[in-house]
Amino acid sequence: MPQIAQLAETYSSQIFWLLVFFGLVFFVIGRGMVPRVMATVGDRDKQIADDLAAAQAARDRADEEEDAWRIRENENRNQAQALVVQAKADAAAQSEKKIGAAQKRLDTKLAEAETRIAASRDSAMTEIEAVAAEAAQDITQRLAGVKVTKPSASKAVKEALAHV
Amino acid sequence: MAAEEGKVDPMHQFHIEPILGSQNWEIAGFNIAFTNSSMWMMITAIVLFLFVWGGMKRDLVPGRWQVMVESSTGFIEDMLDANIGKEGKKYVPYVFSLFMFILFANLLGLLPLGIIGVHPFTFTSHFTVTGVLAVISFAIVLLVGFWKHGFHFFSLFVPHGTPLPMIPIIFPIELISFLVRPFSLALRLFVAMMAGHVLLKVLSSFVIDGTNAGIGFGLLVGLPSFALMIGISALEILVAGIQAYVFALLTSLYINDAENLH
Repeated sequence: MPQIAQLAETYSSQIFWLLVFFGLVFFVIGRGMVPRVMATVGDRDKQIADDLAAAQAARDRADEEEDAWRIRENENRNQAQALVVQAKADAAAQSEKKIGAAQKRLDTKLAEAETRIAASRDSAMTEIEAVAAEAAQDITQRLAGVKVTKPSASKAVKEALAHV
Repeated sequence: MAAEEGKVDPMHQFHIEPILGSQNWEIAGFNIAFTNSSMWMMITAIVLFLFVWGGMKRDLVPGRWQVMVESSTGFIEDMLDANIGKEGKKYVPYVFSLFMFILFANLLGLLPLGIIGVHPFTFTSHFTVTGVLAVISFAIVLLVGFWKHGFHFFSLFVPHGTPLPMIPIIFPIELISFLVRPFSLALRLFVAMMAGHVLLKVLSSFVIDGTNAGIGFGLLVGLPSFALMIGISALEILVAGIQAYVFALLTSLYINDAENLH
């Protein structure tokens, strides 16, 4: 077994060169290069985490804006609806007013016409009475030779007309 | 070494030879010959450097190579996070170096480079190497433990709810199990790597000797051994990963003891 047979002559060389080369590996690679490799990994992890956080923040902001937009939109819709209702009410009130005015005009015209009609009828009635009274005087004069006064003739006519 | 011509010595692959005429290099009287073992440590370090360097483009959207490197650091980071918690992050450089160095050493040692005449050397099959790594891990545990908790660190050896009269018995048991840790850590990796490589070499000697002994032996012994070698090679790739993982996992568990006591 050379490990034991050569121990006395080789141990110092083995230990010396192992310390030299393992020392180089430790200080150059372990202390010098490995931390930089790990830093690269750390930087990458950090960048990924940052990007994810930024994306999350952007999404949150978008959600917020959407909510705000929704609220604004609802307000606008409500306002529009109120405007429509208001306009409807206005229009209804106006048309009612117009209809009322027209009705009033018609009513006055009707009333005037009725008054005129009534007046015409009254005047016609008076004329008829007068004519009837004259006719009655005439008839009684001619048939019975009785002279009837105008007032009694017209009184009789009135009575007779009242019975009609 | 003592192998005859045509024979396979399963132990020869662990033989350490100085190369580049460096067998007399010394520091303070200690021999520091640049051996085949040292060369494969260097190759492992270079390959590992190229692997990590290829993943350092720092792209926001990583390519395949960058994903491999980032998942290997992420794997160690997750393991330390799961075993130690938030405090574990500062041990990522050490545990990553440990895990990847052992993993690459194990895998490079399995490369079938023998067919082009280069013999890979698995330095993790030497307990001088695994022992040093285990001692480094154990030293970190001791330093962190005493640095953070002072003498309170000894309460690690008295589990919660131990009845008072049991403490004098429990304490030495826990202490010994704690002190055995570096040895178990080192021996586990060394034995696993050595056993696998020896097994592959023994089987390959069956294939060679069996085939040389004639067509009958070749079919009877050589062919099944060869099929077994293919399966065991796949298993060895798995073992290479598992042993590196176990070494790193146990290191992180021991560091957890030092960081958080119980």
